[in-house]
Amino acid sequence: MRAMRKGQELTPVADRTRQIGPDDILLFCTFRNEDVRLPFFLDYYRKLGISHFLLVDNDSNDGGRDFAQAQPDVSLWTTKGAYGDARYGVDWLTYLQGKYADGHWALTVDVDEFFVYPFCDTRPIRALADWLDASAVRSFGAMLLDMYPKGPVGDTTYERGADPFQTANWFDPGNYILSRNKLLNNLWIQGGPRARNFFATKPKQAPALNKIPFVKWRKPYAYVSSTHMMLPRGLNLVYDQQGGEKTSGILLHAKFLNTFSARAEEEAVRGEHYRAGQEYKTYAERHGTDPDLWCQWSEQYINWRQLEILGLMSKGNWA
Amino acid sequence: MTLGVVMLVHTGFGRAAQMARHWAEAGCPVIIHVDSNVAATQYDPFAQSLSEFPDIRFSTRHRCEWGTWGMVAATQDAATMMLEEFPDVQHVYLASGACLPLRPIEELRDYLALRSDTDFIESATTADVPWTIGGLERERFTLRFPFAWKKQRWLFDRFVQLQQILGLRRKIPENLVPHMGSQWWCLTRQTLDAILQDPNRAVYDRYFAGVWIPDESYYQSLVRLHARKIESRSLTLAKFDYQGKPHIFFDDHLELLQRSRCFVARKIWHDADVLYRSFPVAKDPERATEEPRSGRVDRVFSQAVKRRTRGRQGLYMQSRFPSSDRENAVGATPYAVLQGFDDVFPDFRSWLTRQTSAEVHGHLFAKDRAHFVDESTVYRGGLSDSARLRDYNGKMFLTNLIWNARDKHQCFQFGPADSQDIRWTLAKDTQASIWVVTGAWAIPLFASDRSASDVRAEAARLQRIEHKFLKSLRSPEARARIKIKTLAEFIEAPMETLQTIIDDIAGHRGTALTEVPQMADLTGLPDFLQDLKNQGMHPFLTGDITENAAAQTRTVPRRKPYVISQK
Repeated sequence: MRAMRKGQELTPVADRTRQIGPDDILLFCTFRNEDVRLPFFLDYYRKLGISHFLLVDNDSNDGGRDFAQAQPDVSLWTTKGAYGDARYGVDWLTYLQGKYADGHWALTVDVDEFFVYPFCDTRPIRALADWLDASAVRSFGAMLLDMYPKGPVGDTTYERGADPFQTANWFDPGNYILSRNKLLNNLWIQGGPRARNFFATKPKQAPALNKIPFVKWRKPYAYVSSTHMMLPRGLNLVYDQQGGEKTSGILLHAKFLNTFSARAEEEAVRGEHYRAGQEYKTYAERHGTDPDLWCQWSEQYINWRQLEILGLMSKGNWA
Repeated sequence: MTLGVVMLVHTGFGRAAQMARHWAEAGCPVIIHVDSNVAATQYDPFAQSLSEFPDIRFSTRHRCEWGTWGMVAATQDAATMMLEEFPDVQHVYLASGACLPLRPIEELRDYLALRSDTDFIESATTADVPWTIGGLERERFTLRFPFAWKKQRWLFDRFVQLQQILGLRRKIPENLVPHMGSQWWCLTRQTLDAILQDPNRAVYDRYFAGVWIPDESYYQSLVRLHARKIESRSLTLAKFDYQGKPHIFFDDHLELLQRSRCFVARKIWHDADVLYRSFPVAKDPERATEEPRSGRVDRVFSQAVKRRTRGRQGLYMQSRFPSSDRENAVGATPYAVLQGFDDVFPDFRSWLTRQTSAEVHGHLFAKDRAHFVDESTVYRGGLSDSARLRDYNGKMFLTNLIWNARDKHQCFQFGPADSQDIRWTLAKDTQASIWVVTGAWAIPLFASDRSASDVRAEAARLQRIEHKFLKSLRSPEARARIKIKTLAEFIEAPMETLQTIIDDIAGHRGTALTEVPQMADLTGLPDFLQDLKNQGMHPFLTGDITENAAAQTRTVPRRKPYVISQK
């Protein structure tokens, strides 16, 4: 209902949804002023095997909308609606997912999130989808892993189209804390460099890192809060409770680039993000928005196998 | 002699057609069975695409729902057709559209020609087969299954339960011993003919039509009545996961499959272009007579099953989160919790490090911050020393620490002045060894040179907290290895306990102690404790310390340890 109403706020810019084939894997994403990031983002996911992108532009003024509109595999909508009022963009996407994703595997990510799954260097995302189908699995979890550079974040430079993990290629390997949300059965994961640096005195407010981005979509499905948890609740059981490991992936989070400072300042003022942008305010207060997140136990990113061995993701029974 | 192929197809028609052509071009007649659920719009072009091959033919179509009789009926008809229409066929190979020949088909034919009497079919009695799912091993032959497992799961389960409760049993036909195995077989004309022409076939068919997953037991059982020579193994490499679903091979399995030297593999992913391009491999006269060996493939896939069902002990992550009543062991590896020792021996930590090369932390759960081994602010894995962050989820702090540093034995000091929320986790963890010298907290109070009346309240508080911890350790739920001694007992014979700790931590590397830690000077402690009592605060956890025992601690330097290693 809510999504239907929020769907009214969307104006189609480029509707290429007729190109969508019955087996296509779709990507859903909302963005605002991400012109710099869009080229690499689209390329990354094209290489994984995404067939069609369904994007919502939230009132960008940096040319990102024009760029997206010109892509042959992108359908684009735009809105001037407030990001916060649309539950951080979820409502817009839920509307589009209900309309276009029914029966498809749908990947829902932000422009700074890069999906990594077991064997992603040798098997396309179609292989994962087929295997999940064969295993009667409907949803696939991928924890958000904050990536950061060595040295002050502001010292890095990010060029349009470049791989952000050339510079932001460090992460925290083993300080994540989990608890179970009894209401929706999802795991609540916090930790990583943000908890370590910004939220040590108020750990409860540390950002959630649990995500369920890849789902065999059905019309009544909906994300509850960003892609952290879903309804119906059964979709949140992406973890095993008997001691086994289900198959899972990682969303590499390219948040901490030189674009971060400006973004943090802007968002702190705008207050449209979760908890009225409190997270961004914390960054701004703590480090003058130019933190150095690196520590001697930071790990340098190599590939998915490394993440698997560290225990951040799992092959489960996919071999 | 000729090899004939019966191919079952219900999806992936493009690849199935490609495979059928493969077999046919190598001179093998192919009888294809297509599931009757498949729509004409898919069936017709598929059949059309193979019409140029006279030796590719199609058999009567049956509905093949998983686990039901249709699969067997389909193979019966197709096999009958094969035997009738191709009198040269000596071996019949049952394959699917997702089966890929890995070696030249000629090699398979030569292999079979040398074994013209042999039936290759995995066939084991139910008592010996551990790979069945859902516990229906023997019962699949004795119960009735009118409901579909996939679509009517609830009814299926309830009806099985009902029969179990009522004790209902079907009668197994005489002479028949139920056997099971992979549904992918390769039988000789003679055996197959005997099965299909058996005078009792109607009886067997009626019986197996009511058996659960008959395609894994029909031929596997009947072959025992007719075969001359059974090799109980499948020539098709097919691995199954813990739910009984076949593992799928992808392009990156190329090397694994090449090395296996198996004749045929399934299931191949339909878009695995590299595999479909690479197999069957070119003829290699030197390797033509090699036996298949699937050991390495078996290992890879059984590891996957193990990971899915048992996982990595001590790892808590997004897709492994065992509920607390499901696990006895919390930590990834054994670790030691030491309470009171650093009060008795001021240099205890450095001494223990020298003796064991273990990672000896300070008070990890201290109120001010986590005191890691090197007093750094961040430890392995990026663990912060912040007390707030640690206490927000103490159990995860502990499990993260043990997991991150599981290559070393972890030890840490604990005490009544520390955060206590972790105490039940420690007490219940079978990986924990907990050593307590009770009442040792009195030593720093005594050494502080403050009067008994000054420290009375503090002593009472520490005693109360330690008492609570001891209660957890002594509860029936405690599963850690726990050794508790009073301060009085301990200082009577400290080496005994220390040697046990060293042996426990260092394992076989532990040797007799050569160096003894320096004990704090406890002369005067009994008087101090008596003063506390006089103030009305009875330090019952210290035990009765005699002036004699306390005075002993002053002997400096100690000459030699007086306990012989227990080993």
